[in-house]
Amino acid sequence: MMEVLDLLLQPAFWVAVLRIATPLILGTLGVLLCERAGVLNLGIEGIMVAGAFTGWLAVYGGAPLWVGVGVAALTGAAFGLLHAFLTVTLALSQHVSGLGITLLATALSYYGYRVSFPKVSTPPTVTPFADMEWLGFPVLAQQTPLTLLALVLVPLIGYTLYRTPVGLAVRMVGENPQAAEGQGVSVAAVRYGAIVAGSALMGVAGCFLTLAAFNAFFFNMVNGRGWICVALVVFASWRPGKALLGALLFAFFDALQLRLQQAGGAVLPYQMYLMLPYVLSIVALVLVARKASYPQALMKPYRKGER
Amino acid sequence: MRLEKRAANSTAALVLAPVGAVAFTLLVSALLVLWAGAAVGQTYTLLFKGGFGSVFALSETLTRAIPLILTGLAVTVAFKARLFNIGAEGQLYVGALAAVAVGGLHGGTGFDLPPSLLFVSMMLASALAGALLLLGPALMKARLGVDEVVTTLLLNFIVLLFVSMMLDGAMKDPTAMGWPQSVALMGELELSKLIDQTRVHTGLLWACALAVGVWVLMQYTVLGFDIRAIGANARGAAFAGVPVTRTVVLVAMLSGALAGLAGAIEVAGRTSYVTLDMSPGYGYTGIVIAMLAGLHPLAVVAASIYVAGMLVGADSMSRAVGVPTYIADVIVAASLISVLVATLLTQYRVRWK
Amino acid sequence: MAEPVLSLSRITKRFGALVANDAISLQLHAGEVLALLGENGAGKSTLVSILFGHYVADEGSITAFGRPLPSGDPRAALAAGIGMVHQHFTLADNLSVLDNVMMGSEPLWQPFARKRKARERLDEVARQFGLEVDPDALIGNLSVGERQRVEILKALYRGARILILDEPTAVLTPQESEALFSVLTQMVAQGLSIIFISHKLGEVLRVSSRIAVLRAGKLVAEADAAGTSQEQLAQWMVGHAISAAQARPTRACGALVCELTNASTAGGRERLDRVSLKLNAGEILAIAGVSGNGQSALAELLSGTRQVTGGQVTLLGQALQNRPAQLVELGVARIPEDRHAVGVVGDLPVWENAVSERLRSPVFSRWSWILRRKAREHAARVIRTFDVRGGGQLTPARALSGGNMQKLILGRALLHPLGEALHPIPPRLIVAHQPTWGLDIGAVAYVQDQLIAARDAGAAVLLISDDLDEVLTMGDRVAVMHAGQLSPSKPATHWSREAIGLAMAGVAQEPPHSERAT
Repeated sequence: MMEVLDLLLQPAFWVAVLRIATPLILGTLGVLLCERAGVLNLGIEGIMVAGAFTGWLAVYGGAPLWVGVGVAALTGAAFGLLHAFLTVTLALSQHVSGLGITLLATALSYYGYRVSFPKVSTPPTVTPFADMEWLGFPVLAQQTPLTLLALVLVPLIGYTLYRTPVGLAVRMVGENPQAAEGQGVSVAAVRYGAIVAGSALMGVAGCFLTLAAFNAFFFNMVNGRGWICVALVVFASWRPGKALLGALLFAFFDALQLRLQQAGGAVLPYQMYLMLPYVLSIVALVLVARKASYPQALMKPYRKGER
Repeated sequence: MRLEKRAANSTAALVLAPVGAVAFTLLVSALLVLWAGAAVGQTYTLLFKGGFGSVFALSETLTRAIPLILTGLAVTVAFKARLFNIGAEGQLYVGALAAVAVGGLHGGTGFDLPPSLLFVSMMLASALAGALLLLGPALMKARLGVDEVVTTLLLNFIVLLFVSMMLDGAMKDPTAMGWPQSVALMGELELSKLIDQTRVHTGLLWACALAVGVWVLMQYTVLGFDIRAIGANARGAAFAGVPVTRTVVLVAMLSGALAGLAGAIEVAGRTSYVTLDMSPGYGYTGIVIAMLAGLHPLAVVAASIYVAGMLVGADSMSRAVGVPTYIADVIVAASLISVLVATLLTQYRVRWK
Repeated sequence: MAEPVLSLSRITKRFGALVANDAISLQLHAGEVLALLGENGAGKSTLVSILFGHYVADEGSITAFGRPLPSGDPRAALAAGIGMVHQHFTLADNLSVLDNVMMGSEPLWQPFARKRKARERLDEVARQFGLEVDPDALIGNLSVGERQRVEILKALYRGARILILDEPTAVLTPQESEALFSVLTQMVAQGLSIIFISHKLGEVLRVSSRIAVLRAGKLVAEADAAGTSQEQLAQWMVGHAISAAQARPTRACGALVCELTNASTAGGRERLDRVSLKLNAGEILAIAGVSGNGQSALAELLSGTRQVTGGQVTLLGQALQNRPAQLVELGVARIPEDRHAVGVVGDLPVWENAVSERLRSPVFSRWSWILRRKAREHAARVIRTFDVRGGGQLTPARALSGGNMQKLILGRALLHPLGEALHPIPPRLIVAHQPTWGLDIGAVAYVQDQLIAARDAGAAVLLISDDLDEVLTMGDRVAVMHAGQLSPSKPATHWSREAIGLAMAGVAQEPPHSERAT
């Protein structure tokens, strides 16, 4: 127990927490935007892979890091556009469409990687984002600008959702699309916008892994982080502030289990530590289950003008 | 652009839809082949020949199809009741683990029981393991309203770590030089080959029999009616007297059992060991197969052979031409989306405003 | 005569083979209340949906305030000054009144919402028309009457000069309806023009200045309200003269079939609060009341889909189990409120729906194996006896029209599989929840005849309806439901419309526990 307290006092621990939390914050915000507009986006796992790959590939090809981030965002947006077309215009099952996109985006990324690097055994690397030493703050200074971006996006998205007309439109479209239509707001346009924007964020979440956390693209890199984001959105009751809290909480336990593995030795098999994040996500879902106030139109297909 | 419901659906269109979708997918994937710098015609020819072009190719395809039929059935049964079982991958692994736990050569000889009894116990154990794994998320959904998509997904990762743990510890193969695999299955429990000199085993017969069984269950039994009713309209089903929670539990157990059996049959028929890479995503591919088959148990067999053919063909094609094997995964995933769109177009007409 | 504010010219709309609106031409003049009358399925809602932009007309054009109205765009309708109060409110439960009202009124690219200004304007409009409501209240917490007020405010906030109201009194007590009518008078005084949709004849004559009657998609008559009678309207609506409802002799009641004693159920607004009632064989107990006062709880309780949490419920002397299959075996026939969402499983074929409640009984299954031939035979009997049209046994049930679907549900509930044509086995208890809602007059008469025939054969019938006319003409005894509580039941002839209206609003007339001798 004393070990754990020692751990918590080291700044290096909190640096790790923020680093682990960043893709979760970005991914959760992305899912939040889609679900607030009433559309479940299970494509996040695949979009994160695709964002990780294309962002990294752009930088490997010589582009500056922020251009790589832009490419990742565009990749996410493109898959988001596909998902929006399938679920909004064609009103197909949101579950199946999302899963199909995850499978497609992942397969395309792995294919693209193998075509670009057919014979390598060690993954080629790029120079990732550098720490923000110039900031001066103790824990933040060891973070990359992408983390700062994630932290800034939380209040920004919160403001947009609750204090702007477009945010109100997004929320209304997710609660009662007929009401939105009756007030002259195009449900399709708002949903397309929310899905594309949210998917772009998912793409950026992916490229954080290859351009900041690590410096190369590996297979199985995303490793379920996308699904954890989907769980975190429910845990956060679809609110940006609580999403940040959930991501930090989760990252806290993830960083903790890593440290405990290293410090604790062979008391428990290392796999049990690795299981902790996934188990916690399930526990979190169960805890909030009863109280969850879903956006009422979530997962219900909407066809304008159908009898 | 908007959609307008067609007055009548034609059955001809319903059959043509998957075919048209697959054709469209292959057309688009041709672009990927060009990106890899290979000739489209040669690549596709090698792909098909590698999957279906010889007795050997067919036998490999059928071998690969066996677990896919079973995971496809598992997903079909669950999706019919609107229980989104994305955890077939994990259920497959616990089924495999249970099979080796019962039938493995523990301490050199394993359990001292007649092989037929052991075989039956082994299969029952795997089915039960898979069933229990899905039961958790199903009950969480029925009682607490927790979305089963995320819970079953997360369980996949947990199960894989658990298997890794078992392979390092309790079920470790003492003879493998550090390579993580389980104790071997007893020789007597292995499934025999259907065709000599090939890998196709009697698991294929089991899988096809189960496909017929699931179809009969769905169409001719009260349980099948209950499952279809709940999937179509849970409130209407409850009103008509369908015991909803009990049916969801049964669906979960049946679906999980089928996926668990996929794992057991893989171990007994193909690998003889449990390893961490014994399933290259069969559980997820099962979802694609179920959707390609339109959730029809008999069509699952056809869809599995198609997908298996793509995967096997890609392996041999890749060795010859250098196009990465992942093209098969792209084709499969794109087929899923195309089939969804094509099926929709049989019910709705497109109107440009 | 001044230029009309709204002019519809030869509007035609088809849904597949059905012609919902057939070359309808109509005008609305300033300061006028035009009633759009017609029975269910006549095409009234379709017409105003086209006007407001929810649907696109196949043919025809619309002019509003002298300018052509673009079709299929609610935004254009709103900009032209047309507002709509929908029959099923288009409100988001999880958002506040202010959010619901101001949504869509500001351009989406604006980086901030002018909430304070919106709040002031909302207050102003509310006061102008007498429609006070708390702007910060969540819609989910409001009563039905309050929600309708918000729905109306939405349109007025956007500056509507033409207001469409689609069956607004369907969910109101008689007193609340009066309050609405005085609001309408206020609106007309402030210069609005109103289109008022209804199928209730008395109301239409009371409220409107001019009446347009639709029948089977066509405009069949237009007249000023003054100088038109209900009989004339009814004749236009249906196409032939309707005979007045017969006065029926009071009946002697038979044996007790079902009894509730201080029964309560859990839940929010839609629950039972210590309800006591008796259902006797050969008698129709009709329950009046505005939807949402516990009727669903009562119907679900007796249908086996809701559990009682306090008090007792007995059926034929035994405690009532909440197991639908068992209730059906005991002879309970259930007709649910929502035929699409609850009555049938739409994707399954007609024959499976025809036997769905009895599938578990030994007649249709052995050890979970369905006896298909027997089931299909029974389904054929149901279809034949109850004249279910629109498809064969294998058609998905959702393809049936409302009337045919209701006939299927009736047949399933009333036709016993072991009964013969000459010796039918009638049900012991019929639970009918809004059985004629949304049906055309022919289907309504059919359903009512079936219920009366079953009663005459000895069934106890519980009829729940929000249509007062139906309650008073069908019921042998009548009780009123309000806020989960049931008034004592009295013979139908002992109730006046005013007394029922007061009871529907919860105003007690007499001490609640005195049960009049019946």
